[in-house]
Amino acid sequence: MGAEAILRVDGLSMYFPVYRGVLRKKVGEIKAVDEVSFDIAKGETLGLVGESGCGKSTTGRAILKLYDPTAGRIELQGKDITDLEGDALREIRTDMQMIFQDPQACLNPRMTVGSIIAEPLDEHTRLKKRQKRERVRELLNAVGMNPDFENRYPHEFSGGQRQRIGIARALALEPKFIVCDEPIAALDVSIQAQVVNLLEDLQKEHDLTYLFISHDLSMVRHIADRIAVMYLGRLVELAPRQQLYTMPRHPYTKALLSAVPEPDPAREAVRERIILKGDVPSPANPPSGCNFSTRCPIAEEKCRRETPAWREMDGGRFVACHMVQ
Amino acid sequence: MSETRPPQSTVLEVNDLNTIFRTRDGEVHAVNHVDFSLATGELLGVVGESGSGKSVTMMSLLKLLPSPPAEIVSGEILFEGRDVLKMSDDELRALRGGDIGFIFQDPMTSLNPVFTVGYQLTEALREHLDINKKEARKRAASLLAKVGIAQPEQRLKDFPHQFSGGMRQRVMIAMALACEPKVLIADEPTTALDVTIQAQILELVRDLRRDQGMGIIWITHDLGVVAGIADRVIVMYGGQIVEHATVEALFKDPRHPYTRALLAAMPSVDAERTEKLHSIAGQPPSLNKRPASCSFAPRCEHAFGRCTEENPPLIETSGGHQVACWLEHPQYMEPPSEMHLRESF
Ligand SMILES: Nc1ncnc2c1ncn2[C@@H]1O[C@H](COP(=O)(O)OP(=O)(O)OP(=O)(O)O)[C@@H](O)[C@H]1O
Ligand SMILES: Nc1ncnc2c1ncn2[C@@H]1O[C@H](COP(=O)(O)OP(=O)(O)O)[C@@H](O)[C@H]1O
Ligand code: SF4
Ligand code: SF4
Ligand SMILES: [Mg+2]
Ligand SMILES: [Mg+2]
Repeated sequence: MGAEAILRVDGLSMYFPVYRGVLRKKVGEIKAVDEVSFDIAKGETLGLVGESGCGKSTTGRAILKLYDPTAGRIELQGKDITDLEGDALREIRTDMQMIFQDPQACLNPRMTVGSIIAEPLDEHTRLKKRQKRERVRELLNAVGMNPDFENRYPHEFSGGQRQRIGIARALALEPKFIVCDEPIAALDVSIQAQVVNLLEDLQKEHDLTYLFISHDLSMVRHIADRIAVMYLGRLVELAPRQQLYTMPRHPYTKALLSAVPEPDPAREAVRERIILKGDVPSPANPPSGCNFSTRCPIAEEKCRRETPAWREMDGGRFVACHMVQ
Repeated sequence: MSETRPPQSTVLEVNDLNTIFRTRDGEVHAVNHVDFSLATGELLGVVGESGSGKSVTMMSLLKLLPSPPAEIVSGEILFEGRDVLKMSDDELRALRGGDIGFIFQDPMTSLNPVFTVGYQLTEALREHLDINKKEARKRAASLLAKVGIAQPEQRLKDFPHQFSGGMRQRVMIAMALACEPKVLIADEPTTALDVTIQAQILELVRDLRRDQGMGIIWITHDLGVVAGIADRVIVMYGGQIVEHATVEALFKDPRHPYTRALLAAMPSVDAERTEKLHSIAGQPPSLNKRPASCSFAPRCEHAFGRCTEENPPLIETSGGHQVACWLEHPQYMEPPSEMHLRESF
């Protein structure tokens, strides 16, 4: 993506220590994210997909510096933010925001919608009371809600409306980059489209860049420009939308796409499914060599020995697999 | 799907089921006028968004809802011709987990964390079948093997938390299948699972149906899942059935505006992206009153006068396709002219 990248992630790892016994001795570590590298261009949406527990949220949180990464480098707008702390970190926080999966959990039930949305403004700006109120009403309007709702409480709203409140809050400081962590997973199908359309409109209006985390491969095909596929803490493939969905190269991407049920009985009846055997291994004890080797239908001896490198292919595609030429 | 046996005799029949919750904040009309039947060897898919009444309907079938607050105010539930609502407690106990297997939405309601999976499986078997411990144990192991769990004898000694999400769901299926039920009711059995694990479970269900020929009711909110496994589909909205059709008819020719909008709102994993998703404005209805108008009317693009005045009944259109929408009603094919007059005055 070259010079226009707003975010660069290089070799990012996030390991969580595992303690055991009364003395809380460290007995190992969970490799939640392991040597992950990618760029996101300004105004782009990068989809991050993978199964539950594969490390998507941890990647998003580490990028936002909600964790101290174990290794690697994070660059935002050309500036290395990996080791920022204190005031310097607070300053760049205004450029990066997060939208969460469960709109219920992150909205304080005792605060009014207005004060929830104004909270980041209290923390990071010196706006006067009246200016803040104006901004809140502006934000409510931007997410398609009645500004007069500012005095109501979160429980008075539906899931979709609460997600809009979460989005309004994330937009308060005019961030440039937003991590959307499963923003529609808790919503019904009929409400999902409302929220996705809103996110797309806001992106156009405010020139936003998204990391869109999801396990819904159909929705990611709709919203993302490029898609990164993650398995057991590592990226296995990254490609532009069209290439990834029509010509997946990595055996895991192929299996994942073939497992998505299509709302079309005729197609479902003749579809070729790759049914993977077994479960995802524990990230505390990943297999040697390729992480996918325990379930990969085409694994060979080499796969169990050597970790495949993350390689750039034609057409902006990256793959980590010994068998992909 | 076509690989399965043709439906045979009716094993379960539900007529005009109505279930209400009486809460401190008033009534919740969770199930209204629900009618359907299930034949042996058939898979009936039930779809609808959260709160549409899917679980309450199925829980009502076995009288599993706590009463109060739940009350089945009217209806008839015939299992092999016997009315479940008139059964004694003993008859009900024999039915649950015996002739009718149930997979609950929340796995932990059927698996007890403090007992081994083997203990729970053998207990369930012995409650319904006249067999000794050793036979039950052997049968339990073969059930685990049948649902694709390796080293079944070994795994019987494990506790539920020692299984992964996908395996726990297989254990639940094994439990539900233990007594070779004639009917299996599965409430969102794959919703919490990842797609590759879901694909494993769906494959397992396809096999089981071929081998066992039981009638299955499969509740989900995923129209894709239903497309892949169901023979017939019920679409629920606001506690009512709004559309009921064969799986082919439902997807090829959806008739109810809600079903159509739902299908249009879903992007496809196999198709080119559309510029904008078709969204359905508004919210699902609250169920605090007996429906007196079409529940979908506030969100429906086609709503007209009659829709807010009267609740459309489920009527047969063509080829067994049933729809609850005034647009489909022969009398209302075109808005009656008096109504136009009334509106223009
Ligand atoms: N604070 C933590 N301490 C220990 N382990 C953690 C912590 N946070 C995450 N993990 C582990 O790291 C791995 C990746 O977690 P993460 O939450 O990123 O997964 P995910 O892909 O987002 O999953 P889901 O789709 O279920 O949300 C998991 O094995 C998880 O249990
Ligand atoms: N114990 C209860 N008390 C009051 N209302 C309930 C209870 N259980 C379910 N309901 C209501 O019944 C309706 C249907 O719920 P349910 O069948 O669980 O929906 P779903 O289709 O998601 O399974 C909802 O409005 C729900 O809030
Ligand atoms: S490296 Fe080997 S095991 Fe890993 S995905 Fe490629 S073929 Fe499969
Ligand atoms: S009855 Fe009226 S409001 Fe209801 S779905 Fe049909 S057209 Fe729409
Ligand atoms: Mg997550
Ligand atoms: Mg339910």
